[in-house]
Amino acid sequence: MSDVLERPAAAPLDDGQLKVVGTRPVRPDGAEKVTGKAMYGADLALPGQLVGKIKRSPHPHARIVSIDTRRARALPGVKAVVTAADFPDLASEEYEAGESASNLRDLSLNVMARDKALYDGHAVAAVAATSSAIADEALELITVEYEVLPHVTDVEASMASDAPVLHAHLFTQGLAEKPSAPSNIAKRNEIKRGDLEAGFAEADVVVEGRYTTAAVHQGYIEPHACVASFGADGQCQVWSSSQGQFMIRTYCAKILALESSDIRVTPAEIGGGFGGKTTVYLEPVALALSRQCGHPVKMVMTRDEVFRATGPTSGAVVEVKLGAKSDGTLIAADVVLKYQAGAFPGSPVGAGSMTALACYDIPNFSIVGYDVVTNTPKVAAYRAPGAPISAFGVESAVDDMALKLGMDPIALREKNAVRDGVKASYGPTYRNIGYVETLEAIKTHPHYAAPLGPNQGRGVAVGFWFNVGGESTAAVNLNEDGTAVVISGNPDIGGSRASMAMMAAEVLGLPVEKVRPIVADTASIGFSMLTGGSRTTFATGMAVTQAAQKVVEDLKRRAAMLMDVAVDEVEFVNGAAVCRDPAKASLTVAELAAKAAQTGGPIGAQVSLNAQGAGPGFGVHVCDVEVDPETGHVTVLRYTAAQDVGKAIHPSYVEGQVQGGVAQGVGWALNEEYIFDRSGRMENPGFLDYRVPVASDLPMIDAVLVEVANPRHPFGAKGVGEVPIVPPLAAVANAVRGAIGRRLTDLPLSPPKIRAAIDAG
Amino acid sequence: MSHVEFIAPTKPEQAAAALLAGGAHARPLSGGTDLLVQLRSGRLPPGLIVDLKRIPEAIGIRQEGGGFVIGAATPGAALSEHRALGLAWPGVVEAANLIGSTQVQGRASMAGNLCNASPAADSVPALVAARATCVIVGPGGRRTAPVGSIAIGPGRTSLAPGEFVLEIHLPPRPARSGDAYLRLIPRTEMDIAVVGAGVNLTLDGDGVVTEAHVALGAVAPTVLLVADAGAALIGTKADEAALAALDAAARAACNPISDKRGTIEYRTKIAGVLARRAATIAYGRAEKRA
Ligand SMILES: Cc1cc2nc3c(=O)[nH]c(=O)nc-3n(C[C@H](O)[C@H](O)[C@H](O)COP(=O)(O)OP(=O)(O)OC[C@H]3O[C@@H](n4cnc5c(N)ncnc54)[C@H](O)[C@@H]3O)c2cc1C
Repeated sequence: MSDVLERPAAAPLDDGQLKVVGTRPVRPDGAEKVTGKAMYGADLALPGQLVGKIKRSPHPHARIVSIDTRRARALPGVKAVVTAADFPDLASEEYEAGESASNLRDLSLNVMARDKALYDGHAVAAVAATSSAIADEALELITVEYEVLPHVTDVEASMASDAPVLHAHLFTQGLAEKPSAPSNIAKRNEIKRGDLEAGFAEADVVVEGRYTTAAVHQGYIEPHACVASFGADGQCQVWSSSQGQFMIRTYCAKILALESSDIRVTPAEIGGGFGGKTTVYLEPVALALSRQCGHPVKMVMTRDEVFRATGPTSGAVVEVKLGAKSDGTLIAADVVLKYQAGAFPGSPVGAGSMTALACYDIPNFSIVGYDVVTNTPKVAAYRAPGAPISAFGVESAVDDMALKLGMDPIALREKNAVRDGVKASYGPTYRNIGYVETLEAIKTHPHYAAPLGPNQGRGVAVGFWFNVGGESTAAVNLNEDGTAVVISGNPDIGGSRASMAMMAAEVLGLPVEKVRPIVADTASIGFSMLTGGSRTTFATGMAVTQAAQKVVEDLKRRAAMLMDVAVDEVEFVNGAAVCRDPAKASLTVAELAAKAAQTGGPIGAQVSLNAQGAGPGFGVHVCDVEVDPETGHVTVLRYTAAQDVGKAIHPSYVEGQVQGGVAQGVGWALNEEYIFDRSGRMENPGFLDYRVPVASDLPMIDAVLVEVANPRHPFGAKGVGEVPIVPPLAAVANAVRGAIGRRLTDLPLSPPKIRAAIDAG
Repeated sequence: MSHVEFIAPTKPEQAAAALLAGGAHARPLSGGTDLLVQLRSGRLPPGLIVDLKRIPEAIGIRQEGGGFVIGAATPGAALSEHRALGLAWPGVVEAANLIGSTQVQGRASMAGNLCNASPAADSVPALVAARATCVIVGPGGRRTAPVGSIAIGPGRTSLAPGEFVLEIHLPPRPARSGDAYLRLIPRTEMDIAVVGAGVNLTLDGDGVVTEAHVALGAVAPTVLLVADAGAALIGTKADEAALAALDAAARAACNPISDKRGTIEYRTKIAGVLARRAATIAYGRAEKRA
């Protein structure tokens, strides 16, 4: 069955009656994880399994003249060697399967370089061998002849007319006239409203800034890992850690020209994704190796490989000009975004553009975005892709505007806030948003009024993310003892097993411990889009709720049969079928389950749907820092993040999402960055010099949940996982500005930069 | 050799002989927090590992002749638990305890930190400022050398083939002495010093500095003992003028590189800042240690 919900589903269940939703039970996947039993991507071992490893280009840009694999093949213990010649040469085709559309040809070329290596770390060949040491030796024995080409890693340098061109076939899209020469600018996009010039002419105060951010990695703790086994009959199995087993299946099928029914993908437990596991790197290679030798092949990346060859998000340049009336009304905004895409087109500049002004009701604006290829790893989705970058620029400029106007930064945002009925900068009209409520939550929070000491500063910033719905399948099956299983196709990256079980338990009237959630393989449940876009609790949760509701309808029907009354005589209350006629004894779920054979057989339901109406989310953050004026070291003293979450199904995991987003955003603001040396090689491909925050770098992050229900979700939920990474870059930068009295515009705000700014006076 | 061999002798002489026989790819192992990481990453080729932890003299903290003898392979956690050592040499202990995390502290030793010969090693500036010496065992017997003479460049030591450090000796401590170590890292832990500064000083009854040693890490190929910086404190009460002179002397001694962890300009400034701050802490500690 497939429902496209164009109108609200049943009104959200009344809050006062909820028994499970909104409580904080222990997570169903917790014990396995804390005792080390959970099976992550690298934990599976199959009989006869080989070790697969990848040979990577040491050059950021080079033509591959030849690859000689003969000596590697001859090494005892080597069972398979593949290069691009072992993959079909795909035609250029946009395909929707990950978090955004991917070009299949580019995807395939990223998995294995064909004619050109486009970044340091680009895969050029792979081997499978009986041991790790033999695989390493085999990689050494592969000779690749390169013609090294000039490279470019910086986004603006890559836009220059004299930059080395990465792709001879790439002509800028989105220009009025088709360009005559290829360029590294893959695309120009534009969103406009009103009359920009007239707007600035009316402005009493104008602020301007140019802001830059470095490429940063998602930094998931678990490196990419998979096992692939290609059967003699062409039936393949893949076990891998990703944000979507169906995404893995689709991409493997496309890249290897296989049929979906030939591939079964089992999701491993996932050790963090944050958007970075919404694409494939290893799986098609492992399958190609396994196809060649018939053995299962396991591949596990090192951290060095994760940094050099998997998606960071864009380094970028953001230019912002704002105009306001003296009463604080924002009247004009001009935003230019230049985002690094890495080796192939597809930076998140589109989403960066759409979100840039999404919190503001401004009559005249222009947002222009550039998607720019560079000799760096192809970017992958990273939590609210694109939004933190544009928000960093816009929120820094709004902060400067508040200063110039002498206005409180929250008052300025309130004055220009989007509300229900306002047409969003990116098109649709807002409904049921909780932005002003979220501003209010920070304005009235004790943190906002707390005194600051010397060298301390406070910064405020806001952020927006769309959140999405999309296609999901879920099944709810009752067991013979009246307990239940909830089956979904979405890897649990943020506590979704808990929320799925809770929503089902709520509808079935069961204690949550009696509902067991599992994440199934691609052959055991219908299609679901990957876990991304903050969609799972919303969309898959909707499928789970509807499946549970179907089970309840079925239970009522069966109870009526047993009670020998009409169905409409039976209600379902607190996990039991109750007849209006008090003379008839009620039947509990367990009693009905025990009698299933008598009433029509096993009890269960599956729902497939394409969920519409995900409510957009807004966050308002306030951050206090202290800057050591002599060393430039920043200490984050206090952080409060308020967010409209619709309805928190499991408040602890919602708070965890908020805290995690803030932690990553603080890292982005203060210390994380890809550093390339002059030859275009990454200098810091490890957690020692790529500095994600450690626990002692952060204060307890206070998450304030604002609940303005989303009427399109059965319990009122909105997506929550991405919004919290949007404001922190600017919240931290604005706080630093407060502490040192100077605006810094170049992330990360590492100690040397801050000390230099202080010295520059 | 394409594989690792491991031995754990109980006598220093056995270890020296094995190291000599093992040649270029033989290495002593204390905590292994550098060595094993380097082997796994491929930075070091596999070879013979000679574990020192079974040698009784190489483990533990002993009070001898008014000073302290610290077995080469003694982990940081043991240093932090030794009350007398912490009272006498708080700067040395705090420097060693900055290494890594709780888990790393269970293994990491000061001798390993020293012999890994990183210019940014945290315990070394504190040991150099403390005028610590080490007992070295080799095929030819035992010798004693100042801690500051071990590292001769990044990753290179003055140890001859077969030689290893058996003990680190901290000298007897006069009354009214104090030491301190500070480092700058972008984070709060699990990081490499951009600059480190160790200060060790002794006061007379009036609070005038009579002896002072200042050592800087990560601002030159090896840890620097900056005589001018120490001299700037002697005869003063570490007042503002003395601290300014110390700051200037520390900066003047720096010969750093610009790399991903910091620029020459930044490192130089911070060397002055940290030397000043460490001197203030050491002075405060010395005043309290009657
Ligand atoms: C997660 C992590 C964090 C770290 N953080 C820091 C930090 O904050 N600051 C810092 O300075 N370091 C840090 N380090 C590096 C390392 O922990 C220290 O240098 C530590 O002191 C090394 O001591 P060890 O006993 O483990 O040495 P080992 O690894 O055993 O040895 C290091 C080197 O010295 C040689 N060696 C060992 N013992 C002797 C001996 N007695 N005589 C001669 N040669 C010997 C070995 O052959 C090897 O070359 C960190 C390491 C890790 C893994």
